[in-house]
Amino acid sequence: MTAFLKLLFRNRLAAMGAVVIASILVLAILTPLLPLPEPNVTNTADRFQRPFTEGHLLGTDHLGRDLLSRLLWGTRLSLAVGIAAAFVAATIGSAIGIIAGYYGGRTDNLIMRGVDMLMAFPYILLALAIVAALGPGLLNALIAVAAVNIPFFARNIRGITVSLAGREFVDAARLAGKGHASIILTEVLPNVLPVIVIAMSTTVGWMILETAGLSFLGLGSQPPQADLGSMLGEARAALITAPHTSVVPGIMIFLIVMSVNLLGDGVRDALDPRLKSGALSRPRAITQVDRTSPAPATPQKGVLDLQELETQFHVGPRVYRAVGGVSLHVEPGECLGVIGESGSGKSVTALSVMGLVASPPGVITGGAVKFGGEDLLGASYESLRRKRGDKVAYIFQDPLATLHPLYKVGDQMIEAIQSHHKVSKSKARARALELFEAVRIPNPTSRLDNYPHEMSGGMRQRVGIAMAMVNDPEVIIADEPTTALDVTVQAQILALLDDLRRERGLAIVFITHDFGVVAQLCDRIAVMYAGRIVEEGPTAAVLDAPAHPYTARLIACVPELGGGRRRLEAIPGLPPVVDNLPEGCAFAPRCAKATPDCQRGEIALEGAGARAVRCIHPEEAVA
Amino acid sequence: MGAYIVKRLISAIPVLFGITVIVFLIMAMIPGDPATAILGSYATPENVEKLNRDLGLDKPMVQRYFIWLGNMLTGDFGRSFSLNRPVLDEILERFSATLILAGVSFVLCSLLGILAGVVSAARQYGFADKAITFTVLIGISVPSFFLGMMMILLFAVKLRWLPVSGMYAIYGGGDLPDLIYHLIMPALALAAVATGVVARLSRSAMLEVLRQDYIRTARAKGVPEGRVIYGHALRAAMVSIIPVLGIQAGFVLSGAVYIEMVFQWPGIGRMLVDAILKRDILLVQGGVVFVAGCYVLFNIAVDVAQGLLDPRIKT
Repeated sequence: MTAFLKLLFRNRLAAMGAVVIASILVLAILTPLLPLPEPNVTNTADRFQRPFTEGHLLGTDHLGRDLLSRLLWGTRLSLAVGIAAAFVAATIGSAIGIIAGYYGGRTDNLIMRGVDMLMAFPYILLALAIVAALGPGLLNALIAVAAVNIPFFARNIRGITVSLAGREFVDAARLAGKGHASIILTEVLPNVLPVIVIAMSTTVGWMILETAGLSFLGLGSQPPQADLGSMLGEARAALITAPHTSVVPGIMIFLIVMSVNLLGDGVRDALDPRLKSGALSRPRAITQVDRTSPAPATPQKGVLDLQELETQFHVGPRVYRAVGGVSLHVEPGECLGVIGESGSGKSVTALSVMGLVASPPGVITGGAVKFGGEDLLGASYESLRRKRGDKVAYIFQDPLATLHPLYKVGDQMIEAIQSHHKVSKSKARARALELFEAVRIPNPTSRLDNYPHEMSGGMRQRVGIAMAMVNDPEVIIADEPTTALDVTVQAQILALLDDLRRERGLAIVFITHDFGVVAQLCDRIAVMYAGRIVEEGPTAAVLDAPAHPYTARLIACVPELGGGRRRLEAIPGLPPVVDNLPEGCAFAPRCAKATPDCQRGEIALEGAGARAVRCIHPEEAVA
Repeated sequence: MGAYIVKRLISAIPVLFGITVIVFLIMAMIPGDPATAILGSYATPENVEKLNRDLGLDKPMVQRYFIWLGNMLTGDFGRSFSLNRPVLDEILERFSATLILAGVSFVLCSLLGILAGVVSAARQYGFADKAITFTVLIGISVPSFFLGMMMILLFAVKLRWLPVSGMYAIYGGGDLPDLIYHLIMPALALAAVATGVVARLSRSAMLEVLRQDYIRTARAKGVPEGRVIYGHALRAAMVSIIPVLGIQAGFVLSGAVYIEMVFQWPGIGRMLVDAILKRDILLVQGGVVFVAGCYVLFNIAVDVAQGLLDPRIKT
C-alpha cells in the first residue's frame, strides 16, 4: 500500500490532482462554518455585480445573490449528490454483480441479459426516461444517475466474482457448511471490495458531471436551491451580458472533473505494472547507437562482419549487457551457426545487425557491423532501410506472431518486394508465387490469398522463408526458424534452406539452441554464453572435440538416438543475469573445472586457424 | 458477409424488444394517474376517465404494453398532446437535426482522435506527444455544455466569426453553407470530449501494437517507417479502436442533448427535455425508444465494420 502511494505521488500530475480535489473537498465541508452571505438571499438592486466588487468577491448573479457563497454551497451539493450517486450505484451494481457471479448458471444469464439491455441505451436516454417518470428534482436526478451506472458495476464485479467463486477457499467454506449469504459476506465481499473502491474512484467524477448536466438541463436541483449545474443553467440566459455568472460555476466543474481524472489516471498507472518496466515504450524505427569507444577500424572479413559488437538494455538504473563484445563473420555461401541457451544474447546479436533491437530500452554501445565496406551502425535510417530485407533479410521464430495478422500473406510478400523495387503489383505477385513454389508450398496460387491464421505452423514458416528470399538477399539471418515446428517439418525446412544456400550462394547466420540442427546445416559454429562467444570453429571439429567446458556440457545434454544408455547430464545452476556479470569467465560458477584464476581478469578468445576458445582450462588444446 | 449481417440483425431483435420493455416499465413508475398529469388537476373525473379509455390506460399492464408495441410496429407512436401532432412526425423531424449534429461530431471525433493518438504514439515523449496529451486532458475535463458557452462568448460574441445559435439563419439562409456555418461551433463543442477519449485510446492501442513482433518484421523487410506506422500499426490498432468508436457514438448522442440546449439546436435532445418539463409522456417514450433503437442498429454496423477489418472474426 505504501509502495502504491509512493508510486502514485511520484506522478506529479496525479499528486496535483489529489491536492486540488482535497482542497475542494475541505472547502465544501467547511462551507457552513465560513463567514459567507446567505446563498439564497436575493437583492435585485445588486444584480450582476462584477467580480471583486465590495462585499462580493466573485460578484452577484441575476437575482443579486452572492456568487462566492452560492458557488461553495453549490459545490457542496454537487459533490454530495455525485458521491451519493456513486455509492448507490456501487452498492446496488456490486450486489447484482456478486449475485450473478456467485450463483452462475441461469441466474447469471438472466441478470446479465438485463444488464446488457440497459447498456444498449446511450446513458442519457435512460437517465431522461427515469427523470421523466419520477419528475424533475435533485433526488430524482441522483436516482437516475445512479441507475444509469449500475450496469457498469454489475459487469465489472460479476467478472471478478466468477473467478473467485471457483477458488478453493470458497469451496472450503461451502464444505464447512456455511450458507450462501455467509459465504458471500465473509469470503467473496472482502475480496471484491478493493475493486469496487477503485471502480468508484474512477467513476465518481463522471457522476458529479452527469448530475450537474441534468441540473443544467433544468431536470435536477430546482430553484432556489442550486448545484453547480443549475447555476450554470440559470446563468446561460445572461451569458452575453454577465459572462462571469457562467464562468464561475463552469470553472469549478472543470477543476473537479480534471483533478478527479488526473488522480484516476495516476491510480490506474500505479496499478499497471507494465508502465513500471517501461514495456509500454514504443520501439523506434532503428536501434539507438551510442558508442562509447571509436568503431574498430579492422578491415571487413566475409560478406557480413560483426566486430566487437556490444548491445545493452538500459532499464531504469540497471544496465543489462546482453551482448558484450561479439565478433562474427560469414562468407558467401557459408552457414554459420550461433548456438547458446536462451538469454545468451544470440538473438540480440542478430537483431543488432540491422538495428532491429527494440529501443528503448536497447542501445548499441560499441563495435561495428560491416557490410559492403560500410559500417551499418553509423548508417542513416534510410540507408539501413534500403538494405533491410533487400541485402540482409531475417527469418524469425513463431511466424504467427511475426506475420501481420490482418494482411494476406501474398500482400505481405508483395510489400516486401515493392519496398525495394519499383515493379507492378502483378509482377510482384508473380515473383511471390515463384518463391512460394521454391519453398514448396502446395497450391501456391490460392495460398497467396490466405491470412496467416488460416495456415499451419509449417506453412507459415515457409512463408517467412519465402519472404526473406524474395529480394535475393546476400545474407539471411535465421533466428530459431524451426523451433516451433515438429521434427519432420523441421527437417524439410532445413533441407530447403540448405538447397537455397547452395543454389544461390547465400550466406546464412543460423541462430539456434539445437545441436542437431547445427550438425545438419552449419559449416562453422560459434557458442555464446552470457553475451560473449566462448568457442568457435568448424562444426565437426567442435562437436567431436569441444574445447570449452560449457560446450562440452551442452553437447552432453543432447540425447543421442541409438547411443545406448547413458546418463543425461544437466548443467547445474542457471545462466547469469547479465546486469551484474562477474569478472572473468561467466561460466565459472557452474563449471566443474573452475579455479580462482578463472574469475580473475579478462580471458581472451584464443586459438589457431579456424578454432578458438575462451578458457584457461580447455578440454582440448586448440593450438 | 451477408449472412453475418443478417445474423447480427436477428440477434438485435431481443435487444430492441428489451429496450421497449425497459422504457415501458420506467414509464409505468410514474406516480399517480397519467391522465390527470396530462389534463391537470382541474380536469373533471369524466374527462379523466375518457382520456384513460382513449389512451387504453384502463386495461391491464401487459395488455397495454402489447397494444403500445403493436402500434409502434405499425408506425403509430401516438399523438403528442403538447404539440398536438403525431409523435413519430415530430421525432423524425427532430432526429434528422440531431443526426446532422451528432453525425458530424462523430466523424470529427473519430478522425481527429485517431490522428492525434497515432501522432502522439509515433512521437512518444516528444513535444507533439506532450502537447497532445495536455490538450486531451483539458478536452476530456471540460463539460461540453460549459465549453459550448465559452465558445459562444469567444467566437460569436467577441470575434463575431460564427452565429450564436440555431441551425439556420432566421431570415434567408436555409441552404448548405448556412447550415455548415451554424454547425461548426456545436459540432466542435460536442466532439471535444469524445475526441479526447478516442485520442487516448488510440495512443495506447498504437503503443501496444508497435511492440508486436509483426511490426519488427515489417521493419526487417525494409518497409518505410511511415507505412509501418500508418499502415501496419494503425491497421492492427483499429481492431481495438473501432469498438471504442461504437461506445463513443453513444456518448456523442448523449452529449448532443446538452449541446442542443446551449446552441438552440432543434434536435431530439431538446425535444425530450421540453417534453419532460411538460410531462408529455408519449413524446418522451417514443423519442427514447426511437433513439435507442437507432443506436442498437448503429452498433451492429460497428460490429460489421469490425468483421470486415479483422479476418480472424468468423463471419
